[in-house]
Amino acid sequence: MKAKGLIAFVIIVALAITGVLAAVNGLQIGGAEITPVRDSIKQGLDLKGGVFVVFEADTTATGQELDQLINQTIQVFRRRVDAMGLTEPTIVQEGDRRIRVELPGVEQVQDALDMIGKTAQLQFVTPDGEVVLTGSNVTDAAPTYVDREPNPVVRLELDSEGTRSFSDATGRYLGEPIYIILDDEVISAPIVQDQISLGTATISGNFSIEEASNLAALIRAGSLPVTLNEVQTSTITASLGVNALNRSIQAAKIGIALVFLFMLLIYRLPGLVANIALTIYVLLVLAIFISLNATLTLPGIAALILSIGMAVDANVIIFERLKEEMSNGKTVRAAVDSGFKRAFRTIMDANITTLIAGLVLYQFGTGPIRGFAVMLIIGLVVSLLTAVFITRVLLKLLISTNLFKNPRYFGV
Amino acid sequence: MDIIHQKKIWFSISAAIILVGLVMALLTGVNAGIDFTGGTLMEFELHQSASTDEIRSITDAFDTSASINFIGSDQTTLQIRTIEDLDHSERMEVFRELETRYEITEDDFLRAEQFGPAIGREIRDRAFLSMLIAAVGMLIYITFRFEFSFGIAAIIALFHDILVVLAVYVIFRIPLNSPFVAAMLTVLGYSINDTIVVFDRIRENRKTMKKFDFEQLATNSINQTIKRSVYTSLTTLVMILALYIMGVPQIREFALPLIAGIVSGTYSSIFIASPVWVMIKERTKDRNKMFAKA
Repeated sequence: MKAKGLIAFVIIVALAITGVLAAVNGLQIGGAEITPVRDSIKQGLDLKGGVFVVFEADTTATGQELDQLINQTIQVFRRRVDAMGLTEPTIVQEGDRRIRVELPGVEQVQDALDMIGKTAQLQFVTPDGEVVLTGSNVTDAAPTYVDREPNPVVRLELDSEGTRSFSDATGRYLGEPIYIILDDEVISAPIVQDQISLGTATISGNFSIEEASNLAALIRAGSLPVTLNEVQTSTITASLGVNALNRSIQAAKIGIALVFLFMLLIYRLPGLVANIALTIYVLLVLAIFISLNATLTLPGIAALILSIGMAVDANVIIFERLKEEMSNGKTVRAAVDSGFKRAFRTIMDANITTLIAGLVLYQFGTGPIRGFAVMLIIGLVVSLLTAVFITRVLLKLLISTNLFKNPRYFGV
Repeated sequence: MDIIHQKKIWFSISAAIILVGLVMALLTGVNAGIDFTGGTLMEFELHQSASTDEIRSITDAFDTSASINFIGSDQTTLQIRTIEDLDHSERMEVFRELETRYEITEDDFLRAEQFGPAIGREIRDRAFLSMLIAAVGMLIYITFRFEFSFGIAAIIALFHDILVVLAVYVIFRIPLNSPFVAAMLTVLGYSINDTIVVFDRIRENRKTMKKFDFEQLATNSINQTIKRSVYTSLTTLVMILALYIMGVPQIREFALPLIAGIVSGTYSSIFIASPVWVMIKERTKDRNKMFAKA
């Protein structure tokens, strides 16, 4: 029994240490690979940088008509966002007339916002104000270079109706300008040299290649069917987010180190056990968080750090009970049994009341606040497991070795 | 320590803090965040110092009451807060002005937050509703697990914590915003957690200390649990303080109310909740006696 207990204890500690190393550096066993926590956890906008924007449709339409408008808008958004080549965008309807767009990790945040928010209504207008072409006549658009033009241009492929109408207009207005207008702004006004009946048109301007491809992408995606107002926006540059994450990790390290020290000084042997349980606690919380595919936000990190403090609380309650029972003359073994039993009810009641706050937060909060709630809820549930059961198992294993009979080891 | 007996002192300390907060709120008003009122917040890294007047000449075109601050370690990060909610094109106009004057690039447009007034109202209403629901939920749970008198005492202690944290916000002029609500709800959870530990001991001691009156019962229970209350607040405070000292401004905004809340929560679980519970019990006991006489 003596040796068995000690071996089991050492194995658990070794597993915990392996877990920490795997979480920090990643691990490779045969074909299986564990990526470090930092790479496998989904990071929110406030850590990764990016754009969050809620648009509201400015329309009097209701019911089915409104739904259709919103759906069309979402389609256009999706095409625009795909053209930017982003990995995990979120574009969803919120309420009746709102659309929420989240673009985590986008690098040029302001440009991205530019790209999504533009109505992108393209019109070719004659000097008489007659609209001969709109974006809906365009079947394809691409940036390209043409002769005698140093800057890139956008080349448009027209559908049959557009081809006819454009050919007709260029025939009628030879030697006159045709205005190309995007969202009420004239972007170029080329003079018609020849009648164009090939079904193509080009837009020139002083474009950089990037501007030309953005414009092409906007035209391809189509114009928005409705005017949209920004009702909520948040943009954050990646560097600011990374800095926030690094500083928070640093804070967590320092905090954990101080708490470990505190527990060791006050509770000695049980303190050591609590520290091991706490390590397992952090690993489990992160593992569950990742497996739920939840998004880590700045408030989420705050919740994790707070929950570490609260997980320690459960151990403090138990150990204070333990000391009390031992001062009342109980043996180490009997004190552990009754201490855990009595403390468990307190911990349950205390955790459930906090859980109520967490659930309400989850239900009513949005975005980062939700991240906070998820972390808090996971933390509370896991702390019951680690602070109560794992601590108990570890402590009993140590006691079974009979090496620690002196109450001094328990800080009594 | 005879905590219950000196309850007048403890109640006075709390009342004083809350009163100062109230007076300050009446005199200077509450600093509501843009997510409650609607508005815009922008941050630009200028890489150089600039005068508030220079910046104001740019922002006046959008909002004459804009607040302009320089933050960051070198005080070169410009923070502009407006009550008007500026959309993307207006924000870009501000940026273009700064771009020409201070030769910054788009990467220096660190962050922007914008809330329309309607959204602000919604967020605020949801925030208050969620605090109310959480408090009612806790009251029901405690009544179910303990008894109504404990529930009422715990909620009074909670209310105390909310008022104290609010007072801290008003006194230090910290904006009330969404992180404030999340912090507040955590404080609720934490404070009730602390209170429950003391009440749990009272509940347990009631069985073994039948000859004691309510005051002695509560005093003994507090003395038995005070070490734990202080230790846990300490470990949690250490974690939050580390966050506050190391953290970026957005996280500090979150950490400060937590610090105030944890201190207040621990204080109220010892110095407010139990004395209030004793008061409730003694009052109902007197009433029962009167019924017995009649």
